[in-house]
Amino acid sequence: MANSPTLSGPSGAKPRPFITPQRFVVYSVLIVCAVFFLFPLYIMIITSLKNIQEIQGGNIFVPTMSPTLDAWEKAWNSACTGLYCEGIKVGLWNSIKITVPSTIVSIAVASVTGYSLANWPFKFSEVFFAVLLLANFIPYIVMLYPLVIITSKMGIYSTLPAVILVHTIFGLPVQTLLFRNYFASLPQELFKAARVDGAGYWGIFFQIFVPMATPIFTVSIILQVTGIWNDFLFGVIFAGPTNYPMTVQLNNIVNSATGGKAYNVDMAATILTGLVPLTIYFVSGKYFVRGIAAGAVKG
Amino acid sequence: MATSVSVQNLTLKFGSAEVLKNLNLDVEEGEFIVLLGPSGCGKSTLLNCLAGLLELSEGQIHIKGKNVTWAEPSERGIGMVFQSYALYPQMTVRGNMSFGLKIAGMPKDQIEQRVQRASEILQIGPLLDRKPGALSGGQRQRVAIGRALVREVDVFLFDEPLSNLDAKLRSELRVELKRLHNRLKNTMIYVTHDQIEALTLADRIAIMRGGIIQQLDEPHTIYNRPANLFVAGFIGSPAMNFIKGATTNGGRIFQSGEINLDLSQYEGGAVMDRSKAIIGLRPEHITIVDAAIPGQTIPAVVEIDEPMGADSLVWLLVDGRQMSVRVPFEHRPKAGTPVHLKVDIAKSSLFDETNELRI
Ligand SMILES: Nc1ncnc2c1ncn2[C@@H]1O[C@H](COP(=O)(O)OP(=O)(O)OP(=O)(O)O)[C@@H](O)[C@H]1O
Ligand SMILES: [Mg+2]
Repeated sequence: MANSPTLSGPSGAKPRPFITPQRFVVYSVLIVCAVFFLFPLYIMIITSLKNIQEIQGGNIFVPTMSPTLDAWEKAWNSACTGLYCEGIKVGLWNSIKITVPSTIVSIAVASVTGYSLANWPFKFSEVFFAVLLLANFIPYIVMLYPLVIITSKMGIYSTLPAVILVHTIFGLPVQTLLFRNYFASLPQELFKAARVDGAGYWGIFFQIFVPMATPIFTVSIILQVTGIWNDFLFGVIFAGPTNYPMTVQLNNIVNSATGGKAYNVDMAATILTGLVPLTIYFVSGKYFVRGIAAGAVKG
Repeated sequence: MATSVSVQNLTLKFGSAEVLKNLNLDVEEGEFIVLLGPSGCGKSTLLNCLAGLLELSEGQIHIKGKNVTWAEPSERGIGMVFQSYALYPQMTVRGNMSFGLKIAGMPKDQIEQRVQRASEILQIGPLLDRKPGALSGGQRQRVAIGRALVREVDVFLFDEPLSNLDAKLRSELRVELKRLHNRLKNTMIYVTHDQIEALTLADRIAIMRGGIIQQLDEPHTIYNRPANLFVAGFIGSPAMNFIKGATTNGGRIFQSGEINLDLSQYEGGAVMDRSKAIIGLRPEHITIVDAAIPGQTIPAVVEIDEPMGADSLVWLLVDGRQMSVRVPFEHRPKAGTPVHLKVDIAKSSLFDETNELRI
């Protein structure tokens, strides 16, 4: 065994230095980004815990020594939104009433449309798809006024159904695109096998495709819920004062000028409003990434 | 025997491209037909037409005497097995196999009976409660076959069912498919581009090219009496040797440069004189001899040899062109040796170069 290699040389995993230039760059960028996005949040949280004298007197960057939840209580229960002084909690309920149905309706319609476009080509389906793609790029401001007229003619202007309808319409192009691409990325032979088995349009959709589409439904729900929750414009235009969503109420709280600016209340109300999308991102971030990776955005 | 599947004047276009051209095919009941051809020749397209997954541009399809041209896939009395298995991932094996029967509204106990029977035949009983994700490739394909079996239909359509499997599994399942066919006696239409599968499984092979069936015959005939140059070159591995030349002396001699071959043994006699002819010789129908025999041998020089286990494939130069000959391993000649190739004219094929058809 004179020629056999000795056991003294390198063996096993190659040792790597803890910090390599690539890692240094990656971590620096990540840290800078994190600070950039977290700093405002930090300011908001510490400000919301101060009382008004401390805000007027103190340094904005320094946390308070005697934190209080008074501002949060006020923001939730008794801050004035224009005429009423019932806090932001009214808006929360309105936002839920708008977001839940809008999300369900838009995703229901988009998933079926996407499925049709991907698997049941009809005469002008390619044209239809192209138009849909194009619709993604039209600034929606253009369509606002016509939609106001349409909803008035329908007699639903300034009601919950109006704002739900508008959210559904504007959600459709992107959502349909997502679903079409996802269903198109599933193996064609699966669809053929189901047809040979005698499954029809709805049978294939509900029994074969929907159970396979959890990733894209997740992505879709996240996009719609956060998008609709964060919406201000459609809410203020179509919902009517009694149905104003949280974002609109927040704006009213911040802008209602009674006495001095209650920064702590404003901050607390803002965080409360942002809590829903924030929670969704935290809880579902993993699924969101997984859904995107599962072909949601593939052509 | 009765006709099971009959295709008449089938034309299929994708946009303006004609993928199947006025195609006719009659399949007997219980027959195992293999559609064989190069990639893109329209095999899958034809199968999808039979299954009702594509709409014909023209023509008719009859299955068991019934015109099913406009019928839904599930109404045609067919079962289909796909290359990618196409199992429903969220359902168990049992769920996969019973899906179609449930849709058809069959009573539960009857479904269970059929699933049991099929799983016995395919030996997948222990897998019934697993999901496809937890199965190996070979097991998945068995389940896919099972899903077709439970339908208890007359016609099975297979689209390259074995090509995703490794070589060993493929040959195992191939034998099993043959056994299955012997047992069930269904009509089977089987797409592949694997010659071995075609030659071993088929009662008749349909060789396709560019949406046209070139030859439909028993494997033996396809192999030994190819109808045209394409079929001759496509079937057989290593491929057939071709020599360009002419037939002279009233078609009694094939002549090409120095080569003169006596055609009196060719398929029972003389062919006409043709100025452009091609003779096709399979590597196993040539033997290497030491001395020339007038009218029967071709002079050649050994170039290299490829040992293939029991045999060796010897490559030789004839008139500057390559030819291959299959010889027993221990008889392979040394490189550079001049030899003579003795040709079995009775087993050769002659083609007219102008229309590429067999003479
Ligand atoms: N949906 C389609 N649209 C347009 N052309 C198509 C479509 N499907 C198939 N083709 C074309 O039709 C021809 C035949 O395709 P087909 O799938 O039948 O080939 P094949 O013989 O099964 O080949 P392979 O051995 O690669 O599976 C090909 O040229 C292909 O490009
Ligand atoms: Mg194919």
